[in-house]
Amino acid sequence: MNPIVRFIHQTGSPAYFYRLSGRLIPWLWAAFVPLAAWGLIQGLFFAPTDYLQKETYRIIYIHVPSAWMSMMIYAVMAILGMIGLIWRIRIAELLAISCAPIGAAFTTVALITGALWGKPTWGTYWVWDARLTSELVLLFLYLGVMGLYAAIDEPRKAARAAALLAMVGLVNLPIIHFSVEWWNTLHQGQTIKLIGKSTIDTRMLVPLLVMAVATKFFFAANLLTRARNQLLHQDRRKRWTKAVLGGEPGIGEAAS
Amino acid sequence: MTPTRKRRLITILLVLAGVASAAVVASFALKQNMLYYIHPSEVLAQSLPPERQFRLGGLVVNDSVQRAGDSLAVRFSVTDCSAVIPVSYDGILPDLFREGEAVIAIGSLNADGVFQANEVLAKHDENYMPPEVAETLKTAGPACAESALDR
Repeated sequence: MNPIVRFIHQTGSPAYFYRLSGRLIPWLWAAFVPLAAWGLIQGLFFAPTDYLQKETYRIIYIHVPSAWMSMMIYAVMAILGMIGLIWRIRIAELLAISCAPIGAAFTTVALITGALWGKPTWGTYWVWDARLTSELVLLFLYLGVMGLYAAIDEPRKAARAAALLAMVGLVNLPIIHFSVEWWNTLHQGQTIKLIGKSTIDTRMLVPLLVMAVATKFFFAANLLTRARNQLLHQDRRKRWTKAVLGGEPGIGEAAS
Repeated sequence: MTPTRKRRLITILLVLAGVASAAVVASFALKQNMLYYIHPSEVLAQSLPPERQFRLGGLVVNDSVQRAGDSLAVRFSVTDCSAVIPVSYDGILPDLFREGEAVIAIGSLNADGVFQANEVLAKHDENYMPPEVAETLKTAGPACAESALDR
């Protein structure tokens, strides 16, 4: 069998997924902790002060990675949901729905840190400009996905309904990203550009990028932990769960 | 891919295409309403009626800020490099308010063409650098940076 197809089939098996994710999670945390510690200490204490915003600008080390994660997690959730809808892979559905609370948390952090930043720099906590409003809509989309999933009793059906909503909300991502270019906003334009020159000093940029990488590991560790818990809860009466938790050999062990 | 999966994939792609086109149509229809502020030259071109509330955005003209000695009243001019509108405001300005930087003023034009602001917000830009780097750049900067507006 094609190794990629085999990997997908294996990870689709609950017992295999449970064991694989169990092995990965400690490594993900081990990558997150030093990266986040270095990024935060470097960003909050050692990066040079900004010429205009002075020390206030340091909130970017929390605000920007959170805002990036809020959008990336939404894309991951929608894609996993789509895989679940088309191939009916249960693990993909579980992973998709496990993305929602983490994404909602990052969105909330981005909105709150943004408001705290807005007061001293702009002179207001909140304005209804295109960037802020579309980010708030993203939070409501996450809450909508979570609410819809919780409202339907049968988990497989619930996951499909939530995936459809997640996919429809995907249209908000380019709106958030380009809002600062398409419309006049109080929010600043893009500082970090993939194409062209970023308008931030390198000594300020490096801790920011390290934080961006660290949050990815944080997300992955949280995602796998949540999906495992969901899986155990749903399969609490299945034989493989007893085998994994009870230690007695069962079908889960036999697969390896 | 089995026919069922192909059908599901096509359905999903159609849904996505439908939602995307609806979003494009909606944002085109709301283009004007999505603007948080308008520039001085747009204000003058539209000849808005007096007392109509709107948000004016632009750069504070260098050396235009005049403070009253005995109150918080302040007058300054806002420009987008082609038109200039005088603004009068009575209140506390945000920390980042300074000449040559972008601001957004909320209020209305009075009969004399002076913009009476009820609120002034500072718009910070996307440039982050240490003071010593800013110092070297400042000497080379133009008096009115067009690029400083749309950021």
